[in-house]
Amino acid sequence: MAEQQSRSLSQARQLVRELRTFQQEASSPPALRSYVLFRVGLADGYLRFSSPIGPVFVALNARGISAVDHAADASRFEARFCAEFGRAIFPLDPAEAPAWVGQIESALQTGQTAHLPFDLRGCSPFEQAVLCRTLLIPCGEVRPYAWVAREIGQPHAVRAVGNALARNPIPLLIPCHRVVRSDCQIGNYSLGGPLNKRALLEAEGIDLALLKQLSARGVRYIGSTTTHVYCFPTCRYARRIAPEHRQPLRSPEEAARLGYRPCQHCRPAPPGSPDISLASE
Amino acid sequence: MPMNHADEAGFPQEQALLNSLLVDLDHCFEQVVLRYEQRLFTFALRLSGSYEEAQEITQDAFVRAYHALGGYSSEQVRSLALRAWLYQIVLNVARNRLRKLRHLPTCVSLEQVSTDADEELEGARAEGPEAHLEARERQLLLQQALLTLPLAYREVIVLRHIEGLSYPELARLLNQPIGTVKARVHRGLAQLRQVLAQHHAREVLYG
Repeated sequence: MAEQQSRSLSQARQLVRELRTFQQEASSPPALRSYVLFRVGLADGYLRFSSPIGPVFVALNARGISAVDHAADASRFEARFCAEFGRAIFPLDPAEAPAWVGQIESALQTGQTAHLPFDLRGCSPFEQAVLCRTLLIPCGEVRPYAWVAREIGQPHAVRAVGNALARNPIPLLIPCHRVVRSDCQIGNYSLGGPLNKRALLEAEGIDLALLKQLSARGVRYIGSTTTHVYCFPTCRYARRIAPEHRQPLRSPEEAARLGYRPCQHCRPAPPGSPDISLASE
Repeated sequence: MPMNHADEAGFPQEQALLNSLLVDLDHCFEQVVLRYEQRLFTFALRLSGSYEEAQEITQDAFVRAYHALGGYSSEQVRSLALRAWLYQIVLNVARNRLRKLRHLPTCVSLEQVSTDADEELEGARAEGPEAHLEARERQLLLQQALLTLPLAYREVIVLRHIEGLSYPELARLLNQPIGTVKARVHRGLAQLRQVLAQHHAREVLYG
């Protein structure tokens, strides 16, 4: 009996010893850490998409899209991202990506991006306000820098708006190309210069020649003689005014004098607001 | 016990890590992952028996830990027993997932799991290929046997004898009296031995 007991005890000891040798066995998969950090927003994954101005890299994490850039190759993009954001980045496995990633492709094609989540944590509150307001400019319409400044409640910060948009980490998806100078000159563009901006706006169906023509005559707004509402020339409601009812207007004061009110969709400057433009943008 | 020595040495480090987490969670969380991913993954693997499931469990657990740390007061963070706390999260995630999936653990081949295992068992190989093979077979058998136990027994055996937690740690982690935990470990081991003995009786190979 005692012998049996001691045998079972030694068997138990051997079992415990064997269990202990398990300890170092299984090594964790190499991608584990990347995906943990990805899911808490401390590392980013990237995917490659095609866009109206050529292939772009889109960086994102669980909090949202963090960067869009075009680069000659992935390694250059990775290096630039790390330098800019100080976070690790790795090529994302689409199977592991959040569900909304499937909408990026169509958002890039259609220009409708306001429903996507964005990660703007590196931006100042002012920059975030500028970018969030810019995000809501509809596809196919443009607004002046001064308009963005007024909309975020800082009507004098026109140049700061220009700077914030120049530092937009997520061009294309946050459509900073839809913000132009008050005189309808298209201004500069962070993702490859003014030529790309022009190409993007034309791809969205904006008649740049017409805008240039209007600005040469000093026309800022288009009013409708039937509704007595005035809009920015690219506002969807301005574009459907019949040619015989279009009333070119040079300033909110002129519009007010003629009995026009500002459009509630594109929200042009009301009369009496200071006319600040980014003359040297 | 070698494990405990390592833990004692690791304790001030753990405290330093907690302090730095208080200062800058985002910056230091990677250190937490780096330090514990291996252990937590191994633990999840022993519990679930599936490589993919273990990966999911470990990821979920770290994500939960991150969000929890963000919501804790500095007092709570400072008094955290980080290692046991992380094991607890993994255990909770694993229980939920395994229950939800009504998951029947599949046998995991440790060879598939780890190429490092070859290097780990270098010593065994030096004794000759037969010894190496035998050691591997025994481990595989043990893993299989472990997976036949109910989760309540499996979790305590893994925590006590594979991960090397002490009984007081284990009691706090499971929120049960030490006596109960000891009894569970004991019964679990007895059942494990029974499973192995049955296997032995069938194959007359084990031992």
